[in-house]
Amino acid sequence: MATHETLIQLDRLERAFPDLKPLYGDGDAVAEANRCLYCHDAPCTAACPTGIDVPTFIRKIATGNARGAARVILSANLLGYSCARVCPVEVLCAGACVYNDWHRPPIQIGRLQRYAVEKAFDDGQAGTLFRRAPATGKKVACVGAGPASLSLAGYLALAGVDVTLFERRAIPGGLNTTGVAPYKMHVDGALREVDFVRSLGITIQEGVEVGSEVRAEDLARDFDAVFIGVGLGQDTSLGIPGEDGPGVYGATAWIERMKLEPGFAVLGVACGAVIGGGNTAIDAARELSRLSVPHVLMVYRRTAEEMPGFRHEMDAARREGVRLVEKAVPKEFIRQDGRLVGILLDDGRRIPADLAVVAIGQTRPRDLAAQFPGVEVDPGGRIVVDRATCRTGNPKIYAGGDAVRGGDLVVTAAQDGKRAARAICRALGVQIAVDAALNAGHQ
Amino acid sequence: MADLSISFAGIKSPNPFWLASAPPTNSGAQVMRAFELGWGGAVWKTLGNPIVDTSSRFGSLDVGGQRMVGFNNIELITDRPLEVNLREIAEVKRRFPDRAVVVSLMVESKEDWRDIIKATVDTGCDGLELNFGCPHGMCERGMGSAVGQEPEVLKVVAGWAVEYSPIPVLIKLTPNVGDILEPGVAAVAAGVHGLSLINTIKSLIGVDLDRMVPYPVVGGRSTNGGYCGPAVKPIALHMVAALARDPRITVPISGIGGIATWRDAAEFIALGATSVQVCTAVMHYGFRIVEDMIEGLSNFLDAKGMKSVSELRGKALPAFTEWGDLDLNYKVVAEVDPETCIGCDLCYVACRDSAVSCIHVGDEPLAEGHRAPTRERAIAAARRDGRTAHVVWVDESECIGCNLCSAVCPVPGCITMKDVTGAPFESWNDRIAKGTAKVPGGLEDWRAARSGKR
Ligand SMILES: Cc1cc2nc3c(=O)[nH]c(=O)nc-3n(C[C@H](O)[C@H](O)[C@H](O)COP(=O)(O)OP(=O)(O)OC[C@H]3O[C@@H](n4cnc5c(N)ncnc54)[C@H](O)[C@@H]3O)c2cc1C
Ligand SMILES: Cc1cc2nc3c(=O)[nH]c(=O)nc-3n(C[C@H](O)[C@H](O)[C@H](O)COP(=O)(O)O)c2cc1C
Ligand code: SF4
Ligand code: SF4
Ligand code: SF4
Repeated sequence: MATHETLIQLDRLERAFPDLKPLYGDGDAVAEANRCLYCHDAPCTAACPTGIDVPTFIRKIATGNARGAARVILSANLLGYSCARVCPVEVLCAGACVYNDWHRPPIQIGRLQRYAVEKAFDDGQAGTLFRRAPATGKKVACVGAGPASLSLAGYLALAGVDVTLFERRAIPGGLNTTGVAPYKMHVDGALREVDFVRSLGITIQEGVEVGSEVRAEDLARDFDAVFIGVGLGQDTSLGIPGEDGPGVYGATAWIERMKLEPGFAVLGVACGAVIGGGNTAIDAARELSRLSVPHVLMVYRRTAEEMPGFRHEMDAARREGVRLVEKAVPKEFIRQDGRLVGILLDDGRRIPADLAVVAIGQTRPRDLAAQFPGVEVDPGGRIVVDRATCRTGNPKIYAGGDAVRGGDLVVTAAQDGKRAARAICRALGVQIAVDAALNAGHQ
Repeated sequence: MADLSISFAGIKSPNPFWLASAPPTNSGAQVMRAFELGWGGAVWKTLGNPIVDTSSRFGSLDVGGQRMVGFNNIELITDRPLEVNLREIAEVKRRFPDRAVVVSLMVESKEDWRDIIKATVDTGCDGLELNFGCPHGMCERGMGSAVGQEPEVLKVVAGWAVEYSPIPVLIKLTPNVGDILEPGVAAVAAGVHGLSLINTIKSLIGVDLDRMVPYPVVGGRSTNGGYCGPAVKPIALHMVAALARDPRITVPISGIGGIATWRDAAEFIALGATSVQVCTAVMHYGFRIVEDMIEGLSNFLDAKGMKSVSELRGKALPAFTEWGDLDLNYKVVAEVDPETCIGCDLCYVACRDSAVSCIHVGDEPLAEGHRAPTRERAIAAARRDGRTAHVVWVDESECIGCNLCSAVCPVPGCITMKDVTGAPFESWNDRIAKGTAKVPGGLEDWRAARSGKR
């Protein structure tokens, strides 16, 4: 089995980023856990897309039962580790914590969650937290090995289903591995979680693209069900003069290189411009800023109030020195001798820039969807499913995560995987034990 | 500025705050540092024939991250030579003539009591406190609580001390008895001049589950200790009040047990204590806590219009009665302030699982004919500013006024108990007197129903 040590190099630029929310020690975790009121019918649980029983796991940390806490977390959300680190808790669980209504800092639910799961990972026994049902002989294929597929695969493996994930990249984990801001989680964190899910008994075939190396119809024929968890595609480009050439990057491509490419460096950049107003744009801006680029500008076509990115993220970016240029629509990348020197806006303003990161969205999985008969996409290119079951128009084919939602979150992808796993079990007649992890959390 | 000074059986002290006989009063250097910071008096760490102590010797009860809610020790009396202690006591009294210097003593034979009292009195100290309370180690040797638990023995030994001592004699009582009045009355009968209580409660603080040895671990073993700290305050308050309201107790009381703040002290004084003694809180935070104790008590007395601390003494005693004298018609109901309720629903689950399920969330229906004055406001508050808080309200017609919800609510002042008394005073004893003290549904009715069936 390939473990993460063999997959990644040490000279990755992302390693320059320390954790913004460092791992709690035992004492700090217990102290924070003791602050939790142990609410009844707790709003934090309601606000968690997967429905983790927050007060119950926090109380277990407080009593010194961290392993029990990890079990509670992972049963409702097998990706509870990465979620602990990358979830925007400010708008999810912690944003709903009753302490907010008391005008006091909410419980640090994400950090407590990381503490519990990381402890279980550290002691090497996380794989034994759950009982695996006997093999059912059923076979399910996943397209992509990102959060949505991993969640589905882990739950199905526990239910005794044989799951194979086909991942186009050489390295699994999806955007958790290639996209998440390194001050939240490094690649090795994402791969630790993949190893955990793998330990539940799944098979990942890396470097295999469905649609070329493996054909969609072969999957539909050879497996009892297929889950499409391909996420989004290439970065969308602006399509303006000067975009092709050195110094201008698509955001997810740039972030992926920064996180994974050995020896990748950002040197001698005086002014970095990030085009876009979503969370990917804010991430890229914060990353440039934390890489000591002296001037970082966000170039957004509307006003701050209209930005789709989270306000708490934008506030943090501002505190880190990022400046926002509002109502700014790029018309042309200005180059001197081929070198990027600035951006001309359609109102005539000029923005100096020797590095530009274009974060205006990613392509949707239209082409892949088209290869599965009966699978439809909406006008925006998102795969159409029944939300409760994640089933597509083809009763054998399920889909979830960003491929269905457009760009969303790891935790919603994890919930989609769980929902689809339940629906597939029902469709294939696979029994789910009453006390199975698959029954935990939100429907 | 209220007058904080006291006179305890003739022992003068600028304020009622004394250090209890314990590690903080082990040496002259410590007591002098404490006096510099304002402590009004100190009871010296118990003198006697020196002992050896174990390592370790303390254990702590931590609750929800709060350290030392309760504290346990297996320490014995002083381990320093008598000579050294006596010299330092004399030195302290010489340097701080205005402070109360009381010396705790514990020996066994009559002869030893005679000699140690003489030697101690010669230091110029203000009083003696006989340690009849220690419930670990010393009691196995026939001292400490072994004396305090036997009123007859206590009376004899106390009588010796009263006979030998020209200065006031206090008896420090053990709480490890069925009825604190028995040793209290015996001590007064022996002619002592004051009572101090409580000493520690016999205890076992916890178990090291890895080593399978109780705490505090001494090698591979442990033993029972004495329990003190904030957790014992209610026990101490009860014992102090039980003595203070008994007409046979004609001597002043020094209250001890879980005192950490001026508020704790004020409660002891309101229940009849003249001075208070502190150990665990000083072991936890140091002598410096006395500054706020003095200022806080003084501000409190000023705010209440009391000119001296003696006006506070015993103020709450008349209200401390038997259960049979309580007003059965007094009625309170819980009222939740919807504006400050944060929707944690702790009160809801407490009332549901341990009381009468009269707390409701959001727009749950109100039973026909019942009263719930804050229901509409709660529903509005829950939705204010687009939030979806689980703001609660109380069905007053169901509420039994038990206080549980107000005890669990984390938001101070959010739940108040509202007086809705509608009938004149009537106690159980009144009902007995009137012959109406029968509550239906008991064994009598059950037997009657059964015999009717036959
Ligand atoms: C820069 C960035 C930062 C983000 N930060 C956060 C964050 O902090 N918190 C958060 O909750 N969310 C964050 N997100 C969103 C989050 O990463 C996604 O919502 C989540 O990863 C979606 O999971 P998924 O499994 O649907 O897709 P993905 O994570 O995109 O995984 C899809 C996988 O499928 C593979 N694949 C695609 N096509 C094929 C094919 N034809 N054959 C085989 N394999 C294929 C891909 O290589 C990829 O590994 C971020 C997104 C970006 C872009
Ligand atoms: C409100 C209340 C009522 C109680 N009533 C009784 C009772 O009727 N009979 C009884 O044996 N113990 C009664 N107890 C004592 C408890 O059973 C228990 O022994 C005690 O509270 C100590 O346990 P703890 O660890 O929960 O504090 C009562 C306790 C409380 C708090
Ligand atoms: S809302 Fe906050 S305090 Fe209540 S259970 Fe959740 S984390 Fe704890
Ligand atoms: S408190 Fe001081 S004497 Fe006691 S164990 Fe700690 S260091 Fe040693
Ligand atoms: S315990 Fe207090 S804050 Fe919590 S729901 Fe009840 S009244 Fe509201």
